[in-house]
Formats: sequence, structure tokens, C-alpha cells
Amino acid sequence: MSGAPPPILEVRGLAVALPPGGERSHAVRDVAFEVGAGEVLCLVGESGSGKSVIAQAVMGLLPKTLPVASGSIRLQGEEVAHAAPARLRELRATRMSMIFQEPMTALNPVMTCGEQIDEVLREHTTLTTAERRRRVLAIVREVLLPEPERMVQSYPHQLSGGQRQRIVIAIALVLDPVLLIADEPTTALDVTTQAQILRLVLELQRRRGAGVLFITHDFGVVAEVAHRVAVLRLGQLVEIGTKDEVLRRPRHAYTQMLIGAVPTLRVDPRPSDPDAPFVLRVRALEKTYRDHRWFAKERTVHAAADVDLEIRRGQTLGIVGESGSGKSTVARCIVRLVDPTAGSVLLGDGSGDDIATMASGPLRKLRKRVQIVFQDPYRSLNPRRNVAEALIEGPVNYGMRRAEALAKARELLELVRMDASAMDRYPHQFSGGQRQRICIARALMLDPELLIADEAVSALDVSVQAQVLRLLDEIRSRLSIAMLFITHDLRVASQVADHLAVMSKGRIVEYGPAAQVFAAPRHEYTRALFAAAPGGGFAFAPEAA
Amino acid sequence: MGRFLVRRLLATLPVLAIVAVLVFAMLRLTPGDPAAVLAGDAATTEQIARIRSGLGLDRSIAEQFVIWAGRMLTGDLGESFYYKTKVTELIGQRLEPTLSLAALTITIAVVVAVPLGVLAAWRFGGWLDRGLMAFSVLGFSIPIFVLAYLLIWAVSLQLGWLPVQGYRRLADGIGPWFRHLLLPSITLSVIYIALIARVTRASVLETLGEDYIRTARAKGLREGRVLVRHALANAAVPIATVIGIGIALLIGGVVVTESVYAIPGLGRLTADAVLARDFPTIQGVILLFSFAYVLINLLVDVSYVFLDPRIRY
Amino acid sequence: MTIDATTADPVSRSRQKAGAEGAAHSAGALADAPPIVGQPGAWSRVRRNLSVRIGGFFLLLLVAIAFAAPWLGTVDPSLFDPASRDLLPGREGEITTLDGETLKHRFWMGSDSFGRDIYSRVVYGTQVSLVVGIATAAVALAIGIVLGLVAGYLRRVDGILMRVMDGVMAIPAILIAIALVAMWRGSLLTVVVAIAIPEIPRVTRLVRSLVLSIREEPYVEAAISLGTPTVKIMLRHVLPNTVAPLVVQGTFICGAGILTEAILSFLGVGLPPDIPTWGNVMAEGRAQFNQYPHNIFFPGVFLALTVLAVNILGDGLRDTLDPKMARRT
Repeated sequence: MSGAPPPILEVRGLAVALPPGGERSHAVRDVAFEVGAGEVLCLVGESGSGKSVIAQAVMGLLPKTLPVASGSIRLQGEEVAHAAPARLRELRATRMSMIFQEPMTALNPVMTCGEQIDEVLREHTTLTTAERRRRVLAIVREVLLPEPERMVQSYPHQLSGGQRQRIVIAIALVLDPVLLIADEPTTALDVTTQAQILRLVLELQRRRGAGVLFITHDFGVVAEVAHRVAVLRLGQLVEIGTKDEVLRRPRHAYTQMLIGAVPTLRVDPRPSDPDAPFVLRVRALEKTYRDHRWFAKERTVHAAADVDLEIRRGQTLGIVGESGSGKSTVARCIVRLVDPTAGSVLLGDGSGDDIATMASGPLRKLRKRVQIVFQDPYRSLNPRRNVAEALIEGPVNYGMRRAEALAKARELLELVRMDASAMDRYPHQFSGGQRQRICIARALMLDPELLIADEAVSALDVSVQAQVLRLLDEIRSRLSIAMLFITHDLRVASQVADHLAVMSKGRIVEYGPAAQVFAAPRHEYTRALFAAAPGGGFAFAPEAA
Repeated sequence: MGRFLVRRLLATLPVLAIVAVLVFAMLRLTPGDPAAVLAGDAATTEQIARIRSGLGLDRSIAEQFVIWAGRMLTGDLGESFYYKTKVTELIGQRLEPTLSLAALTITIAVVVAVPLGVLAAWRFGGWLDRGLMAFSVLGFSIPIFVLAYLLIWAVSLQLGWLPVQGYRRLADGIGPWFRHLLLPSITLSVIYIALIARVTRASVLETLGEDYIRTARAKGLREGRVLVRHALANAAVPIATVIGIGIALLIGGVVVTESVYAIPGLGRLTADAVLARDFPTIQGVILLFSFAYVLINLLVDVSYVFLDPRIRY
Repeated sequence: MTIDATTADPVSRSRQKAGAEGAAHSAGALADAPPIVGQPGAWSRVRRNLSVRIGGFFLLLLVAIAFAAPWLGTVDPSLFDPASRDLLPGREGEITTLDGETLKHRFWMGSDSFGRDIYSRVVYGTQVSLVVGIATAAVALAIGIVLGLVAGYLRRVDGILMRVMDGVMAIPAILIAIALVAMWRGSLLTVVVAIAIPEIPRVTRLVRSLVLSIREEPYVEAAISLGTPTVKIMLRHVLPNTVAPLVVQGTFICGAGILTEAILSFLGVGLPPDIPTWGNVMAEGRAQFNQYPHNIFFPGVFLALTVLAVNILGDGLRDTLDPKMARRT
């Protein structure tokens, strides 16, 4: 159309080379897309897809080891792919800006927030001190930070994650660039903060008519902010179109797989036996940390307080909460990796033994019955021991003979869909998802009654996540084991939990059957949490069969 | 701020106390009769007995320590066997040369090492970086006295630019003072520079990998500003730390340097006292050096508050 | 809300960082290294590293020299001949053996003021220096590991133990060594112990910090929940992951030990003068330095090269065994 304004950003045939000897020759290849004025283009992909590389290439921030091999990047018609460093410096913050993923570390800790915004003005404009100060205060107000005068004088460590991200946005937008690149800006934030920041970015973008290149791996976020979507896989663009087209009628098989793997917030009621025997009963569990200092005020943190829960055989209890809510603390108390300050953790029918107060001798016997899988698959296995040794450690501790334990290990590896040849290999030879399966197998070696998954899938890509969740579900039904599933991701919880507990600031604020809690949350915190989940209201493509 | 200073001061007391106990214990660790050892090989039985009662060795260890500590706190460090003067007087006489040497050395070291470290980190892998690392390893490896003799041979004996040995008081003119101190300071500063430059480089290198450097560059700031206001400013704490810790190296080096260059300072006093087995002096000097070391590191701790706003005690 | 990890105790963190980078090097620097999660196959990487090869090669050469000392054209280092005093390097002279025989002998490195052959004393000095270096490292590591494990595992002992370590570290290492040797009269054992003692606190701190951080690794927590007893956890999960930083640290202690012994001897409080050490040779040559610098230079060069080789080896080991530090250094 002849009347349409030219695109703000035009990328054609972009290729960025990787150092030789890696898994592939290029970080990205043959990438082409456009971002128009006033439009948000979401670049979606899993880890390793190259989306951050594209963002950095546009800004000219790629390290020397990743050169732009070919292609063109035009910012308002000007070629920037091989521009001189001085010209790039001029363009940054004035015409194109970037905001990054980790707000906690994106700001210089030893400069005040005001100074960091002011720097941009000093470098690129000739305004007087007074004028700069006015501009700084104005932008701080615009990003909806309270008490701008005080904010400007604060240091980053005095601000929360969400507030720091607002400062980062202020820095990026103070000179009104025409292109804003946002590289996973909300991934590291809590759900409620995430929603606020997304709203802010959209509002500012709309007001200024800037183009936004929004990078994310979260389809919920895509549903919330995108006008158009581009899907990246291993460095190549596999699909590009409007939001509706890509999310509702995906054409490429990879896109379809990705969307299919996104757990929805619907809960299908699952068959479970209401009279199954109890496996775990927790009463009035409390964990308080007291920080004794010689010459300063004592600090008390109530990591968990007054926690009651119960799980029956064959069922899954999900604990949902943001970071700091106490959910991990509860898990660690149950496994006695941490000693509870008060309360009881009873295994079996309640007539049994109290893990919470047991001494370490008799405690060993009880440990068999509760096992845990941790969040970080890269640190959950001793890198010096091979898989076989990692698996048999548990049973051998309790007297099983090596040969028997090894046989059992092979069985369980099969159960978690891994080849028996894994036994002789070392952890570093496996991917994150595979390592997590090994950890699950390890936990099952002791035939526990209760399996705790502490954010066990949070560090995995969406597609791998789906596989592991399916696996856990299968295990639960085959072995009739009880599960305690801890997560911050509501969608994941909706997929696995029979019952749901919502935690905030160390306390349980809502508790009940999952279907009920999701359909009709009662506590206002729960409602806020559900409302904030990005893309909550969006109906994705129906799951691929 | 005042309260914070008091708190930090109080926190050093346990360490100082332990130092005192250790120094006291060291001298009681001699095999055989401490009094005999203290008196020396040529002492008579009377002398030994006198020393024994004078030191209170007939009383319990705890009492001895209390007496000794009490004397120390009131500034009485005893009398030197060798020089037959009060130890405190001896120390007083030798203070100026050592302080001059230390001051000049620290100045040279910091002024040279920090910029070199920053530049090496900035041009990681370049010739400056590799050169600096090579120099650093050499600096740690060559013993101070060998380096001293090397420099004396080259600069004083062969080239005749600077005097070989000796010290001139500041009161006698700054020119001679400086000329006599330059070579010793350079000798002593080499190992200090090696340490500081290495840590500066490592610290700045780590800082350059942080996210906020990326943010700073994304703002379009000039590289110089990024290096100083963003990188070095955040690398400052470990650098200050190592400057404080390196003082221990300096103290050790002072003993050797003053011996080689014949500077009549505390280091030379230590070396002579050790040869003469003059225990009161050894004790006094060790106490002085240790306390000074602890206090300097206290100053470094205090400086953190100015360097990093996150640190509030 | 949770306590913000970025503000928690930045002082100790910065001290740790400074110590880790500043060096597991010679006297005076802290060495609180971050734990490494090494991988099997690290040792082959070690063998391929250039620094390790250069440093290692030179050290092996020195060991060879130490063993082969009697056959390298040397004479008994304590032999002297007043007729051959203060000969310049390369000169011919005479030397009288214990039996009274007089031999012709070329003094490759000159002779000292007693008429002793510097070359022989330097070559035999290799033996002493290596023994002192290795013994110091062994003693410091052994004691430091035990103390570090105790501090890491027994909370109650930890506090007082680390305070004592702080106290020891507050006294500059050379001064401790000097004071101890002054009291005990120099012999090989006392010198080794005197030099090792100031190095112990740094090893203790290293082991302690390693224990504390490895204990928090998920795989150790997994082992706890699998019912593995504490001692087995220490031996199977904690210690193996401490070997690499301790090897690095030990190498640097060895270098420091050799240096310190030389300094002690130079000051006159090291090993007895009849034992040929590089420091002793240099000490005796001090007085005539102006006219006969060879007394100082030959042993000095050997000493510097030896310590240099040790430090290069240590750097190479650290780069290959400790990826986190290598990235920075």
C-alpha cells in the first residue's frame, strides 16, 4: 500500500556466525522480518533458538566472537549491521533502545537511579542540569514509580525487581526512541509484577507510537502483547504472521508442537479415590529464621507459618506461590533438609512417626518414604559419579546388595523412558530434561510413598516440560504414589494437581480441590494471581492429538 | 556513622586479643627453660633466676599473661636485651624511615597497578594483558632481596644514578630523602604491584561481564566512561580489600628491604633483633606490625561504605 | 519477603572475591575460592595446558638435578680451600677433600669467601629447597584440611576456630616464621613447621568455604535425603570436589615455602650455615656483594627460576582445574 509508513526496523537475510566447533555453524541464519511503527512483533523460541542474538545484533552489542556474517539491518532506512561504533553509540538510546531480562542486575549498583537516567541525557543531548533533572523526574513519573524525588536519589538495591525494571524502561525511553527491543523483560519477575510491567510497556509504546521487538519464550506473554508473531527454531525463522494466525492456526509443525505443549488454565477433573489412605499429614508447620547480630537489630523471617496439608495415596497436591511465598521451605521441612521450628509432619495414617521432631538416627529409616526431585537438573547430580552410582546410592545405603540395586536401576531407567546404556555415562553427557528423568528415577529407587517435585520442571523448555509432566503423571498412576508438586507456574499446576494450595508470605491462603480453586478462587490473593497470569484469557489452538 | 565506627572497632578487638595471646604463646613455646633461652647462652645462673622472677615465670601461665597484657596495654613493652633501652623508645626512633618507605611504596604501587589492571582487563588477551600477567608471575617469584641486589647492581653500581644504601631524614631535605628511598620503594613495590594489578584485572574483568555494563553500552555511553564510572567503580571493593591484605606482604618485605638497603627502620630492627634473639624487641615489633595491619584493614572496611552503597553496617 | 540476596553481607563476599582472585599466591592473600564442580576428564586437560607443561617440565628437571647432584661435576659442598677464595666464575682453582687430597677444580660459578664451590652448593641446594617446599605444602595442607572440615561441619567450633585463624592471619607470615625459628633454633623440621604454620589459616578457610558451599549443592542434599550418612557424604561428595583447588593451593604454598626459606636463611635465621641452601649461600655473599656479585646472582637466579616454575605450574593448574577462576584470570 503506497500510503503505509516505512517500517522502523527491516531485517533481511541476517546471519550470525558461531565460533567453529559448536553444534551448528550459525547462531541465526536467513532471518528476515519487519517491525512497523506502533506495532509489537513478538519473537518466540525456546532456549538456543537465537532470539537474543538477533536483538543484540540490531543494537550492535554482539561480542566479537559472534560476527554478523551477512544480511542487512535497517533502522529507519539506515544500515546498521556494519555501522561504525561511533555511529552505533549515537543511535543507541536516541533511536533504538533495549531492555533486558534480569532487572536485578541491569543497573549499576553504585550509582543512583537518577544518575543512571541522567547519563543518557548527558551523553546524547546538550540540555542544562536543570532541564535534565526535569526530564528525569518526568520519565520516572511516566513509568508510574511513586515518589519520583526519592526514587531518583535511591540506589538500585533499595528497589524491588519490578521497580528496577521500571527504571530500566525509563532509561530506555527517556529520549523517545522509535524502536524498543525488549529481551524477555518479564521472565524473571513475579506473576503479578509481570502483568504490571507488560501493561506499562504496552501503554508507553502506544502513546509514543514506537515499534517494539518483543522477545519471549512464554506464549502467554505473546498472547497478551503481540500484534504479529515470528517463531524461531535453532536459528531459523519457521513461521511469521499475525497473532491470530500463528496462535490459533499455526501452519508449521514446530509451532504447532510448541503451542500444543502450553498448559492451559483449564483443569480437567481427574479420577481419584477420596478414601485412599493418607500418606502425609502436616499440621501447624512453622519455620522461622532469626538473624542474630551482635550490634544490630535482630531480623526475623517467617518463611512458613501455620501450614496444614494432607495428601492421599495416588493424588497430587500442588503448592503454588511466588518467590518468597514459603513453598520451597515447606517442601524442605517435609524432607527434613531443614529443621522446622514447630509443627508436625506425619507420615502414613497419622499414627506414625513425626518427621519434624525425629532425631537423626531413627530419621534415616523414615527418609526412604519421602523423596525429592530438585529444580536445577545441572546441579542435582554429582558430576564425578556416573549414572549407575548415582542411582544405586540410595538402596545401597539401606543394605541392598549392589547387583540387586543395579538391576532395579535398569528397571527404573526404563520406566522413565531412558536407555539402559545411560548407566555408564556421566551427567554432563545428558541434556537438562534427561538429567531430570535420571533424578526422578533416583528418587523412585527407594520406593517412596511420597514424591516431592520442587519446581522440577521450571528450568526446562516448554516442550521438555510437557514430556516430564506426562512422565510424572504416568508414574503417579502406575505406582500409586502420592505427589507434592511445587511450582510458581499456574499453568503447570493446573495440569498436574488434584488439590491445590496457594501460598503467600509463608501462609496458605487457599486450599481445596484444584478444579474448584481454579474455577472459583475465594481469597483475593488467589484471584489476583490468576488474573495476572499472562494470556490467561486466550484460547490457544486445540492440542495436537 | 559514629556508631558504625565504634561497632567496627569493637569487632576488631577479638582479633587483637587473639594476636596478643598468640604472640605471648609463641615465646612460651621454646623448648626447655624460657628464662635460660631469653637470657642467652652466656648467662649465669643468677641472671637466669633474675629473669625468671622478673618475667614472673614462677607464677601460673594465666597470671603471666595478664601481667604481660597489662603492661602492654599501658605501653610498656619491656626492655631490649640487646640495646638495653626500652622497646618503645627503640620503636620510636625507627618509625620514620619505615613509614616513609611504606608510604612511598604504597603510592607507587597503587598509581601504577590500578590503571594497568584496568587496561589489561579492557584489552583482555592483548599484549598489555599478557605482559602484565607475565610481569605479575615474575613479581611473585623473584625474591625481594634478589631483586634488590639486581637493582642495586644495575642502577647504583653500573649506572650510578641512585645511592646504593642508606637513609636520609626528611628534615634534612626532601631531595636526598627521595633519592635514597626511590630504589628501595621500587624494589618493595614490585610484589605489591603484581598483586594489586592482578586483582584489579580480575575484578574489572568480572565486572565487565556483568549485566549493567551491557546496559551502559546499550545507552550509547563512551567506552571510557563505561570503564571508569561503571566497571572500575564496581570493582573497587575487591581492589581496596587486596590493598589492605597486601600490607602483610609489605611488612614482610620491609624487613628484607631495610636489611639490604641499610635503612635504619623497624624492619632492620626486626632482623637484628632476631639474630640477637632479643625477645622483648621481637615481641614488641610483631605486636606493633600486627596491630597496624589490623587497623589498616579496619580502615579498608570503613572505606567500603563509601565505595559501595549497599554496605551498611 | 525474602531477604534480598544481593545485599546480604557484601563485605564477606567481596573479601571472598578478592581473595580468590588475588591469589592462592604467596604470603598475605586470602584464598576463599568458589567451589568447582570439576568434570572427569579434567586431568587430561591439565596435561595439555602449556603452563602446566612448562612449569612441570622445569620442576621435573630440578628434581632430576636434586637426585643426580653427586654426579653433576660437583664436589662435597662443604669442602673449602683458603687458596681458592673469591674466585670469579669460570676460574680454575684447587679444592681439598676430606682425605687431605688436593684436586684441581674449575669453579663454574665462582667461589665464596671461604673457598667453597658455589656451583656445588647451588646444585646441592636444590635438594633442600625442594624438600622444604614440598614438606611445607604437605604439612599445611594436612592440618588445614582437617581444621577446615571441622569448621565446616561443626557449627559450634567454627566460630572460635575462624577467629583464631583470623588472629594468625593478622600477623604477617614472615614475622611468625622468623619468631618461631628464632626460638627453636634452625633445623629442617623447625623451618618447615615455622613456614607451614602461617599458611594453615588460608587452607582452612579454603576448605571451610568449599565445604559450606558444596554442602548446599542440590546433589549433596539429594544424598542426604537418600539416607547417606554424613561421613560418606564428606568422603564421596565433598572431598573429591575439593581436590582440585587444594592441589592448586598446595602448589602455591610450595612456592611460598621455598621463598620464605630463602629469606629466613638470608636473614641468618634459617637452616644452619653448614647445610647448603640457596639462601645461605646468598647470606654469606652479602658482605662482598660490591666486588663479587656472583655469590648472590647464581643462587638468586636458580631460586627465582624455581619459584617461577612453581608459580607457572600453579597458574596452569588453576586455569584447567578451576573453570570459574580461569574465566576471570
